[in-house]
Amino acid sequence: MAVLLTEDTRAIVQGLGKEGQFHTERMLQYGTRIVGGVRPGKAGEEVLGLPSFDTVEDARDGTGANASIIFVPSRFAADAVIEAVDAELDLVVLITEGIPPLDMIRVKDRLKRSSTRMIGPNCPGIITPGVGKLGIMPTEIFEAGRCGVISRSGTLTYEVAAQLTAAGIGQSTCMGIGGDPIIGTKHRDALELFNADPDTEIIALIGEIGGNDEELAAAYIADHCDKPVVAFIAGSTAPPGKRMGHAGAIIAGGKGTAAEKKAALRAAGVTVCDSPAAIGTTTKRTLTG
Amino acid sequence: MKIHEYQAKELFRRYGIPVPAGGVASTPEEARAIAERIGGKVVVKAQIHAGGRGKGGGVKLANGPGEAETAARAIIGMSLVTHQTGPGGKRVHKVLVEEASPIARELYIAIVLDRETSRLVIIASSAGGMDIEKVAAETPDRIFKTWVDPALGLMPFQARRVCFKLGLSGQAFKDGVDAVTNLYRLFEGEDATLAEINPFIVRTDGGAMAIDAKVNLDDDAGFRHPEHAALRDLTEEEPLETEAKRYGLNYIKLGGSVGCMVNGAGLAMATMDLIKLCGAEPANFLDVGGGASAEGVENAFRILMADQNVRCVLINIFGGIVRCDRVAQGVVEAVMNLGEVDVPIVVRLEGTNAAEGMRILKGSGLDFHAVVGFHEAAQKAADLAGGD
Repeated sequence: MAVLLTEDTRAIVQGLGKEGQFHTERMLQYGTRIVGGVRPGKAGEEVLGLPSFDTVEDARDGTGANASIIFVPSRFAADAVIEAVDAELDLVVLITEGIPPLDMIRVKDRLKRSSTRMIGPNCPGIITPGVGKLGIMPTEIFEAGRCGVISRSGTLTYEVAAQLTAAGIGQSTCMGIGGDPIIGTKHRDALELFNADPDTEIIALIGEIGGNDEELAAAYIADHCDKPVVAFIAGSTAPPGKRMGHAGAIIAGGKGTAAEKKAALRAAGVTVCDSPAAIGTTTKRTLTG
Repeated sequence: MKIHEYQAKELFRRYGIPVPAGGVASTPEEARAIAERIGGKVVVKAQIHAGGRGKGGGVKLANGPGEAETAARAIIGMSLVTHQTGPGGKRVHKVLVEEASPIARELYIAIVLDRETSRLVIIASSAGGMDIEKVAAETPDRIFKTWVDPALGLMPFQARRVCFKLGLSGQAFKDGVDAVTNLYRLFEGEDATLAEINPFIVRTDGGAMAIDAKVNLDDDAGFRHPEHAALRDLTEEEPLETEAKRYGLNYIKLGGSVGCMVNGAGLAMATMDLIKLCGAEPANFLDVGGGASAEGVENAFRILMADQNVRCVLINIFGGIVRCDRVAQGVVEAVMNLGEVDVPIVVRLEGTNAAEGMRILKGSGLDFHAVVGFHEAAQKAADLAGGD
């Protein structure tokens, strides 16, 4: 049944500006069930053939939506997510980049007191090949199959998906969890979902420097995961104390290095690729034994 | 964004955290005038965005205005080298002249974001004035942490607990509780990403105060704080990194010889890693953004080429929403506009319209090495750079 984004997902869009519309069109073209948009003050109008609503609650009641994808600017993002949580949607995908950490602390706290699952922020979104996408990724590189992909990055996720597809390995679901220090779904959470998914046979985990999410993922894998995991950690050559593009990608106080993360994953029985060009072939080898 | 100690102390004053009397000086004469106003012993402290200033000779005690002037003359203009500046050091433009405080005890108080719990955490230690990472590694029992519930904010009992753990009593306890409470108010009020007092001291007369101050501010929260822009000190930043930021690019200068231009931070890091695996060193991190517009590519290329160490350029673009043919067009235009480019350029395009992009590069008449394959491209670039 894939993970989070399935045939039952009916999504609304929060933030239908130029970028939101651009990507909504492409999500619709891919066959994603986008059922409406939230545009405060413009209820009743249509955009891209979709009905508009004043609030998330109205949109949910009017369309039966159970998910939302958010494109609103960073200063309005916390409010947008919490509105979606308040409407008790199952899934929120937050694409927006550059949200202040103090805002995200509150969002995360609200999420913990809810049953809503958030992916992002600062992420490419989620795609279940052949079913739909809630995100901004190109679709041609993906192919339906049995490898789950979890990644903190955008284009590196595309790179990995393309390698997998080229190696003849399709994907159950690919999830870009985001490059910020505070994110809704961490590696460990995503692993748990893929581990429980009968359509996923193997998992590719793409991490990077900063924080200790990969170490926590390693601990989960050692104790609970019964599927093979192949991993790559970006940033072996990153200098300490510098933010490498992503807000969360920083080696702080000597912590969060690629070497530590790789060692923790290897100790948990994960096949760790040193080369980012070898993820597809390594996954194939691991799968075919 | 990092700010200077004197700027952080101005924020401290505004939020009611006690700091020594003092002022900032750009010349030895100004330093003398401030010392005269304060009277008695003063400390003259170099203002740079790095820790470990004392060991590097950037902090001097002076017995009066004359000595303060001499100390300021020695410090202003010097290239101060500390464990955080790199071997080149940082040029000092300003000094902070402050009343010297009679120290009975040195403590540590800080607030940071704890990624694991997604909460702010107050960190306190009785081992002040030292490298806190070293204290955490060697004597973790001397570190106390308390996490703030986002819905409640810092509770008064938490501030009291911190100060009891620090062994404070009497006036120092009262000053300590105020300092913790106000440091939290400052963190929230100013959208800080770090607020640190090291050391927070107990004076011999019984009171307590902050004699150092470090505050980092959140660039992403700039829309709530237009006044923060004035706190930025551009002389502290790598000029190429500042220029890149202006164009919405993310550039970090490194030491190697393969200049790289990549779209997306994760892929950019992975490309650096692969260059290293292929036997060379990356000259930089450069993320032109997931979108990679033609204009972005051109600006990125110019910034890359300004680094004299670059002996080969590797352009690695994974086209998605942005099409590779448009990126290729941008690369061709950038090279043409730049005039003479005397280093080899390896280009790898993958994803949407990659083949068409490659055709544009080959048909341009320019000397590109258009390579298919991630590994093959990195290997080619490493070979052309001649290793390190």
